[in-house]
Amino acid sequence: MKFRFKLGTALALAALLPVAANGAAMVAPDGVQIKDGTVAGSLTGAAGDPAAGKKWFVGRKLGNCLACHANSDTASEPFHGQVGPALDGVAARYSEDEMRAILVNSKQIFGDATIMPAFYSIMTDKRVRKEFEGKTILTAQQVEDVIAYLKTLKE
Amino acid sequence: MRVSRFGVAMAGALAGGMFIGGHALALPEGIETVKVAPPSKDHPLPEIVSGWNFRAPETQALQSDDFENPGFIWVEQGAELWDAVDGSEGKACASCHGDAAESMASVGAEMPKWSEAKGKPINLEQQINACRTERMGAKAWKWESGELLGMTTFVRNQSRGTPVNVQTDGPMKPWFEKGQNLYYARVGQLDLACANCHQDYYGKRIRADLLSQGQSNGFPTYRLKWQKIGSLHRRFKGCMKQVRAKPYKVGSDEFLALELYVNWRGEGLPVEAPAVRQ
Repeated sequence: MKFRFKLGTALALAALLPVAANGAAMVAPDGVQIKDGTVAGSLTGAAGDPAAGKKWFVGRKLGNCLACHANSDTASEPFHGQVGPALDGVAARYSEDEMRAILVNSKQIFGDATIMPAFYSIMTDKRVRKEFEGKTILTAQQVEDVIAYLKTLKE
Repeated sequence: MRVSRFGVAMAGALAGGMFIGGHALALPEGIETVKVAPPSKDHPLPEIVSGWNFRAPETQALQSDDFENPGFIWVEQGAELWDAVDGSEGKACASCHGDAAESMASVGAEMPKWSEAKGKPINLEQQINACRTERMGAKAWKWESGELLGMTTFVRNQSRGTPVNVQTDGPMKPWFEKGQNLYYARVGQLDLACANCHQDYYGKRIRADLLSQGQSNGFPTYRLKWQKIGSLHRRFKGCMKQVRAKPYKVGSDEFLALELYVNWRGEGLPVEAPAVRQ
């Protein structure tokens, strides 16, 4: 019981003061600045992990990027989507900061009609299911991990 | 049991129609077309295509033979209930409506209909329960219960092959517009509207699924994923959950309006109930 209380306190503090692993402050979803189609600099203050990013890319419960985008680098995974463009060579088409803006809120880049969800924005007045209320699809760390992975897709 | 049923269905489909490009040419039993032209120029779709067209040959084959189609378990149950006396008035459906093949030949293609008594549209499930409570003195069946699914499927099946044709003008107009608004409203954490997938990207793969137009002419539909038949409103709920939205309730005014609007989007497609989908 005592342990659980302490853990709860620690989690509450962590939620109040989001801090990246290296000690830099994390950018909260409503604090992200999209300027000229870019988000300058990491949301966590650190580079992401491409191996983890690949996991979020194919994971059905997380990014699930593969649901809509085909990708030769993950050819071993079955069922690539046909809704968005293939992501082969995406790093040659977009800079890291452009990719970050697209992941955070693609509507600000491609326009309101795009089907692509915003992966680091909080939806309000959208009947969001309780377990997802006030939450982003990916965490700041996961966004950076996915970007680190996408940066490896050079051709 | 499932394996042998599948094997028989495949053999039947192969014998009944050739496979070209992965699709069986044989149409679903009782159906003359799975694709029709939009009835007017301002229709949002360039072609109106049944969900049957988007499914794998083995799924199509299950629907193409009534003896293989697992949805017929509910048709048969509904047929028995049609003649079963229930409630304080000592009546069965047949007491008033006689032979369903005649009296229900087009009803299933025309719901939801305007109900003067209720001052709002009424869909098939609601009409069945209205008959039970108001005419038979029987209890309403629960939504998604075996009885209500059975009766709904049985009645809709009487209209199989009849083109969908719903009233959208007059008192139905505000309900049609409400349904239209819901169809284009982006909801949930994924911020998606029905139209984002089923209008803009039908025919494209989204992971293991092939996006259809989300047509309603096959409902109640036997879904392999559910391993049973289900109502259109249940399917609406599933879609809303998938985009991480809080679904409306089955039988709600929202889903009633959406049903009307979605049926209109599929006008001209023959009723297929019970369809088989993945």
